[in-house]
Amino acid sequence: MAGKVKWVTDIEKSVLVNNFEKRGWSQTSTDEDWNFYWMSVQTIRNVFSIENGYRLNDDQIVNHFPNHYELTRKDLMVKNIKRYRRELEREASPLVEKDENGKYVHLDFIPVTFMLPGDYNLFVEEFRKNPTSTWIMKPCGKAQGKGIFLINKLSQIKKWSRDSRTTTFISPAGKEAYVISLYIDNPLLIGGKKFDLRLYVLVTSYRPLKCYMYRLGFCRFCTMKYTPSTSELDNMFVHLTNVSVQKHGGDYNPIHGGKWSVSNLRLYLESTQGKDVTDKLFDDIHWIVVHSLKAVAPVMINDRHCFECYGYDIIIDDKLKPWLIEVNASPSLSSTTANDRILKYNLINDTLNIVVPNGEMPDCKWSRCPPKEALGHYELLYDEELAQNEGVECEGKPRMGPSLNKGNRLKDTRKPFSTWK
Amino acid sequence: MEPDSVQRQLSVTIAHIVQRLRGSKLHSELEREARTCLHKSEVRIESLKEDLKDFLRKSGWEKKLQNAVYRELNVLPHPGHPAAPPEHTKESLMYLRRAQVNWEKRVLKSLNSMCAELGIPLAKKRSADEQKELLNKWNEMGTDEPDLSHFRPVYAPKDFLEVLINLRNPNYDGGDPTGLRSSWGLISIPLPVKDLSELRELFAELALNYEQLGIDDSMQIPVELFESEYIRLGQRVLSEQDSAAAQQYIRQGCPTGLRADMWALILNIDNQLEDSLYYEQLKSNVIQHDLLIDNLIYKDVKLTASNDDYYFVFEDYLYQVLLCFSRDTLVLDHFSYSSASPPKSYIRGKFALEDYTVVYPPNGVIPFHGFAMYVAPLCFLYHEPSKLYQVFREMYVRYFFRLHCISSHSSGIVSLCLVFETLVQTYLPQLFYHLREIGAQPLRISFKWMVRAFSGYLATDQLLLLWDRILGYNTLEILAVLAAAVFAFRAENLMEATSLATAEAVLADLSTLKVMPLLQLFLFATSS
Repeated sequence: MAGKVKWVTDIEKSVLVNNFEKRGWSQTSTDEDWNFYWMSVQTIRNVFSIENGYRLNDDQIVNHFPNHYELTRKDLMVKNIKRYRRELEREASPLVEKDENGKYVHLDFIPVTFMLPGDYNLFVEEFRKNPTSTWIMKPCGKAQGKGIFLINKLSQIKKWSRDSRTTTFISPAGKEAYVISLYIDNPLLIGGKKFDLRLYVLVTSYRPLKCYMYRLGFCRFCTMKYTPSTSELDNMFVHLTNVSVQKHGGDYNPIHGGKWSVSNLRLYLESTQGKDVTDKLFDDIHWIVVHSLKAVAPVMINDRHCFECYGYDIIIDDKLKPWLIEVNASPSLSSTTANDRILKYNLINDTLNIVVPNGEMPDCKWSRCPPKEALGHYELLYDEELAQNEGVECEGKPRMGPSLNKGNRLKDTRKPFSTWK
Repeated sequence: MEPDSVQRQLSVTIAHIVQRLRGSKLHSELEREARTCLHKSEVRIESLKEDLKDFLRKSGWEKKLQNAVYRELNVLPHPGHPAAPPEHTKESLMYLRRAQVNWEKRVLKSLNSMCAELGIPLAKKRSADEQKELLNKWNEMGTDEPDLSHFRPVYAPKDFLEVLINLRNPNYDGGDPTGLRSSWGLISIPLPVKDLSELRELFAELALNYEQLGIDDSMQIPVELFESEYIRLGQRVLSEQDSAAAQQYIRQGCPTGLRADMWALILNIDNQLEDSLYYEQLKSNVIQHDLLIDNLIYKDVKLTASNDDYYFVFEDYLYQVLLCFSRDTLVLDHFSYSSASPPKSYIRGKFALEDYTVVYPPNGVIPFHGFAMYVAPLCFLYHEPSKLYQVFREMYVRYFFRLHCISSHSSGIVSLCLVFETLVQTYLPQLFYHLREIGAQPLRISFKWMVRAFSGYLATDQLLLLWDRILGYNTLEILAVLAAAVFAFRAENLMEATSLATAEAVLADLSTLKVMPLLQLFLFATSS
């Protein structure tokens, strides 16, 4: 059916609208026929809900998977990863090798986490093993750093214990549910400040898994010097890197917005720590992304009308080990600085170029095999179909740009070929 | 030159270097090593001298001495006439000497009047409380926000440019009253500078037939072709610990993983315990005394690095380094080969009494707007403050000081301006003429790049590749070549510019430039 691509968006951001308009697409509303809908997470819930959901046509594409929350809700992500590890254990896969302390050698990339109130007793047991440790409480359903606080005493989370002991009714995974994770109190500091990494990952299919990493991620720095001192546990400007939090600090600078490109990070780490350990760090980060996706792949509804661009939040500790903090289904498309705007504009542009090839009418049956030239700033992270067909690792072998690994993955004996199937 | 005078000059040089190294830390270490090795069996009394030399060679001490000698050679001023007065070593052209003296007077006057206006002393001792507070805040001075609104930088690069534009050699008559044959540019003095063929000779290793980092390590090229082997070679150079070899190696660029060590080797910095202790001493000087200069430093960092996408992260290191730098009297050493002299001030009430003069600031360097940007890129390489400090200090006393003094030295800013203008006029005459017509003299735009050695204008990875070559060739002339190359690259757009403002806009953003291809093309692909 010839004609202009018709788009709808729930999110009124210029980086989206400008990209649609530059392709000559025409805006429409939900009442009309549309081809491309950039939805909010509420809308995707409705579209696929049992009561008032509706079937999508072949020429309709949306930007979320129906049950993305399996990855993007903090408690479900942890549950799925734990389940994935157990499955691998049953298969006696070399991936779930453990060290002498019982820690996973290859799959230990989320900090120890418990669901509250459900796992309260388990948490207490773990807490007592290390009574001086700090833990971070995060509400399951919120974003932007809202409702997060740190604790270092059991008394600070008494109310979750009361619920657990006195009620037999397990509250549904609703707004009151929290996860509590071991706080990474030894983050890698640069210039004395804590930072985290925001990376964008595009998934065009879960079975077979096809994912792409955006080269232009960035680091978000706290404005205040990091200190693990207990007197500053309440100071969110020291601990939380969310821009929405840091923006309100007295030292927030709107020119750079506390953001550093990943290529700067790479240059700094290579210069101060050496190329090999830096390459390994970025390898480890890719590993985390791929395995987190593999963990949820079996439970994801692999609807052909869907793709999704996730915002991965990663923290690096002072031993250069990356930790997955969380995955965001709707990474912010607001721009805090000029560079930011350019980055996000390019992100959407490159994403659209992949999922709606050649700017033609969206087709849910598209091949999902974009040629290398069409990737823009994305690069192939993992393509399960290709891996199975070629019988070799196809995880990003050709030389990457400066922000990603240029090393020779095939030499890495830690990850034997069989694990990538 | 006759063999006689070559010989004489050599002995003068040797004597000079011996004098500089005598009494140094290395000297006492060598003596100590020599004494201890007397007990060793391989050192016999009959052949004491040879055995001793052998031992020192095998244990790596000869290499250290070699590196120290090499360092001195790098900063050695041109040997002058034996009968010349000492000012000649600093600067042999009298009119330039005078201009530098006048400039220094102006700067100092500006500083003193700011001091009088604000009623703040140039220096004062901190109270015990203030000292304690500063010590606590030492690692995060960036979060303190004193009121700096009354302070202004003592001068900015463009003020300095005006001075350079007005330089005149009173003895020179170009015989060209209409100015048609002479330079179209702003600099009007006849200093001899290298032309393109001489620059090609100088920068021979940047030629198209040599592989380079910054070109041959790009994404499309497999590592086996150049990069891997080059990295291996670099590791060998580092293990040999030979400054001269490292300086030769780095002409083709330095791999990022090796750069920190390679620069330290070339600059002959070994960061021993004594150096860390010295740094701590400087730090305690800062804690004890408050200098007016400190506010200028603070303001400079806040205006430049704090707003920079690449360097804002390192803001706190910059304060630490620059405050200590201003207290470091070892820096005064470099004035013996610089055309500049340290500014002098007087203890209160003892004006013009020679015995009561003090050098102010203690290191003799009054910072100007953008000074902090000399330090900022180094923060990507060194995260240990004492080492960062030493590398910066050595970079300053070898190179950066020449960018804000009036001298005839080939790496001095005046010569760089001349090289730049001559290159653009000779090889881009149509562009130069057009820019002149629209009131956009090229030097007005490129001056700030050269004064800052391009820091804050190029992307950091590119800047480091550029500074690799400064170290490798021991000259700043490459800055002028790059400036001309940038104009050549953007010539088409510049021809469309209609005013200084639009020309500035075309050249406002250099962050996407790739330095090495630009240099290579301009040097070796420009038809002469």
